[in-house]
Amino acid sequence: MEFTPVIGLEVHAQLKTRTKIFCSCSTAFGAPPNTHTCPVCLGMPGVLPVLNKKVVDYTIKMALATHCTVQPESRFARKNYFYPDLPKGYQISQYELPIATGGYLDIDVDGRSLRIGITRIHMEEDAGKLIHDPDRPISRVDLNRTGTPLMEIVSEPDIRSPEAAGEYLRRLRAILRYLDISDGNMEEGSFRCDANISIMPDGSTVFGTRAEVKNLNSFKHVEKALYYEIARQKEILLDGGQVVQETRLWQPDKGQTVSMRGKEDAHDYRYFPDPDLLPLVIDDGWVDRMRAQMPELPAQRQARYMADYGLSPADARVLTGSRELSDYFEACLAVFDQPKTVANWIMGDLLGLLNTRGVEIENTPVSPENLAGLLELLDADVISGKIAKTVFEAMAETGRPAKTIVEEKGLVQVSDTSAIDPIVDAVIAGSPDEVERYRGGQKKLMGFFVGQVMKQTRGKANPKVVNEILAKKLG
Amino acid sequence: MKITKAEVLHVAHLARLDIGDSDVDRLAGQIGTILDYVDTLKQVDTTGVPATSHAITLTNAFREDELQSHLDPEAALANAPEKDDGAFAVPKVI
Amino acid sequence: MKLHELTIAQASGLLKNKEITSVELTRAILDRIEAVDGRVGAYLTVDADGAMAQAKAADQRLADGDAAPLTGIPLGIKDLICTQGLRTTCASKILENFIPPYDATVISRLKNAGAVIVGKLNMDEFAMGSTTEHSGFQVTRNPWNLDRIPGGSSGGSAAAVAADMCLGALGSDTGGSIRQPASHCGVVGIKPTYGRVSRFGLVAFASSLDQIGPLGKTVADCAIMLDAIAGHDPRDSTSVPEPVPTFSAIAENGLSDVVVGIPREYSSAHGLDPQVGAAVERAVKTIESLGARCIEVSLPHTDYAVAAYYVIAPSEASSNLARYDGVKYGFRDRTQTDLLQMYRSTRTQGFGPEVQRRIILGTYALSAGYYDAYYGKASQIRTLIKNDFQTAFASCDAIISPVAPTPAYPIGETLDDPLTMYLSDIFTLSANLAGIPGISVPCGFSDDGLPIGLQIMGRHFNESMLFQIARQFERAATLTDKKPLL
Repeated sequence: MEFTPVIGLEVHAQLKTRTKIFCSCSTAFGAPPNTHTCPVCLGMPGVLPVLNKKVVDYTIKMALATHCTVQPESRFARKNYFYPDLPKGYQISQYELPIATGGYLDIDVDGRSLRIGITRIHMEEDAGKLIHDPDRPISRVDLNRTGTPLMEIVSEPDIRSPEAAGEYLRRLRAILRYLDISDGNMEEGSFRCDANISIMPDGSTVFGTRAEVKNLNSFKHVEKALYYEIARQKEILLDGGQVVQETRLWQPDKGQTVSMRGKEDAHDYRYFPDPDLLPLVIDDGWVDRMRAQMPELPAQRQARYMADYGLSPADARVLTGSRELSDYFEACLAVFDQPKTVANWIMGDLLGLLNTRGVEIENTPVSPENLAGLLELLDADVISGKIAKTVFEAMAETGRPAKTIVEEKGLVQVSDTSAIDPIVDAVIAGSPDEVERYRGGQKKLMGFFVGQVMKQTRGKANPKVVNEILAKKLG
Repeated sequence: MKITKAEVLHVAHLARLDIGDSDVDRLAGQIGTILDYVDTLKQVDTTGVPATSHAITLTNAFREDELQSHLDPEAALANAPEKDDGAFAVPKVI
Repeated sequence: MKLHELTIAQASGLLKNKEITSVELTRAILDRIEAVDGRVGAYLTVDADGAMAQAKAADQRLADGDAAPLTGIPLGIKDLICTQGLRTTCASKILENFIPPYDATVISRLKNAGAVIVGKLNMDEFAMGSTTEHSGFQVTRNPWNLDRIPGGSSGGSAAAVAADMCLGALGSDTGGSIRQPASHCGVVGIKPTYGRVSRFGLVAFASSLDQIGPLGKTVADCAIMLDAIAGHDPRDSTSVPEPVPTFSAIAENGLSDVVVGIPREYSSAHGLDPQVGAAVERAVKTIESLGARCIEVSLPHTDYAVAAYYVIAPSEASSNLARYDGVKYGFRDRTQTDLLQMYRSTRTQGFGPEVQRRIILGTYALSAGYYDAYYGKASQIRTLIKNDFQTAFASCDAIISPVAPTPAYPIGETLDDPLTMYLSDIFTLSANLAGIPGISVPCGFSDDGLPIGLQIMGRHFNESMLFQIARQFERAATLTDKKPLL
């Protein structure tokens, strides 16, 4: 029996406002413990929350980018539970009336376009940090992070494979970064994901019992954990057992999920509308103002690249997959205006380089301007294609511009016929057998002659010119 | 409306309160009496009546995304029952 | 005239004319506290040094001609309101040594006005109670009869004003906690419209019901205090950006334009003492004699107000009190090495029985499966109660009623009978549910010399009407010269 996975994802994105959602403390990361706090986010007696308007602005933009309906009225609710990193003993969130509902995201998996529904988007506050002492029986609470604005995005269970899950997350992240409302960084904690997964027999429409998976710290781990869960649940069902609805923790070092049952009693959050915050009313004017501020989003940019630059859908999709990559492409294009060439070099050489080094585009060793410089030299025939690859590697090593490297290493291509003529003559003179065979019909031997000339010129001869001269002289 | 001993204990746990054995029955009795009284609310037909969660109808109180000064970390921790290295210290969470 | 017996209006005039100094006045208050508070028990913390320093500064301002009406006036503050650097306990062991690093907005405003803050006043723990017996530290006694409750939860505030241990005080009112103790102690107390006074720095009990308000010896004194503290606060999202009239400019032009409503449901209220009923009836006659027209109105959902309140208030409280977990401030049972045990032991030892009872009640009402039947239902009833007042105010400008069903009863009487204590809030808590303002003004005494108060309620943001009716009634009733014998 084959099974189809049914996956829903819950993403929490930290919004990059300057101040927290309910007080004016800084959201800046990395400050010494409890130095970015005030009585409000410390949950002291008598304090009250006041909503940061920018958080609403950013959430409206996300709602628009994901085709959600922005609710004209939404409310804040209290989610009550006890934990040391939760100073008030409740989290201010949204429950029955979230700010946005009913949207979608289109993703591409293996050339097919899939539409993943988005159930809801809402705003809430982050908790603090709890750090366990390795030696002593204490944990330390740092409340700097309490009150940082979070946007929770809940997908419909429309995802049908771990790959699709990865694509969904990448697309969501791209949108957040295009909108410039979140860093969207999973490793740094500004983009967090929990997964809900169940499996059902192929062809069925009845969903199985789902498990919730937490502690997913990178896109790769999301996919791995989901694969693990599919296998685990499949084994249970094939054995005639039942999947238990529970929360499971992904253990990256062991490559497995373990049940958290027993460690966590069932939470009764006792949600009720927060009496300290007023209902949030968003009129059309506000939505229109946010819409007017929207930058070009990945899907639109992809369409534009196809229309304006004649790029293929696949190429356009890769280039717009992340804002950084797309910005890189456009920065390069601003200097060297040949989209297809730039695209090929980025998708081939640059991404290959980044992959090898395990580095993200943000930390590219070759700047877009420098790549453009290289392509200009290539286009002007100053260097050959083969030399260009060498120069590219040298640029990656040193971070220096192509022109400098070419000059220093004397890699300027020789196109001067008067310089190449004598060498061609010498090669022809030195290979009489091959000349005869070539003239006798083995045209493939041209490669041999070209190779010889290139050897003599240490690769610096312009292969095009070499070919022309040889062709003329060999007849 | 009677509230059982088990319910009192469950709710006490949600609220992180320890109700001693000798007190559970008395508390269940007192709360039961109050709940009986509260049950009179059932007599009122509230079909179609919206809930009031705010006494005054106001909407949209905001602040701008502007930084204000923080509380000195010493002041933030001044009332802490236990502190360690600039942080609030609690018994280790397992 | 003994300095401590002055009203704010009188003292303010004398200070301005340099006939007395704030230092003298404050010294007199501190002496008075020493003389009588041993028997009354109104104060939890007296800040003598701080008060004298503030008094000196006030005298400087008065000398510079830079005085406001409250400059140099010694006031007491309910210990539910945060005062920077001055211990704020909420009358709870769980905050026994809590020192706030900030001032409540009302405190900042009082300080800006140059008022002198003498100390922090006793109350029912976290404002939960109507007798002040539920304080975690001490009982406050009614200055009129030391065996009787002063009312609650602002019992310390009312008793301190009644016993001349401050010229005025701030209290808070969630279900009657200013009005009822004011009534029991024979002083004036007003709960403003919800949102009229900032709640920033008021330790929350039931956020949608709580309001800070003044208690004073006269209606005019309360108006002066409300002037200083009212007004929108950007730090309180529920504070209303409604323009604030000068309350102390009380209209003195008779009540012939005023229609007063008497709710028919109130005269048959559970447990109404005939002496209270009679005192209120006399008060109505007095008001009529001042020109007002009195009509009967109906508040049909009166019978459900107590039940609705005792679902909503404990529910919000159960959430508001979750922050007292021993982690960041306040008491912690440091002998516990397990986190869960630490939470439980800290909260069980730190909270008194009434607070624990309400937390359990509130947690239950919000819990899975019960929300709709309790909190949801009560919130709908609240709408009906609000609508009742709206309908009534279409035909009258103010509503009159008793404040409490009986005069102050003996200390200990309802200690083991919470429901009876809750039922005594019948006349006051509807105003909190509807968000409307209500004032309690003395209207008589029982046969055994205990004060009886008259409640006047008004439309949202119409405190001026309340002051107008109360002031003229007060003048006509001539009760203000009587004082408790201490």
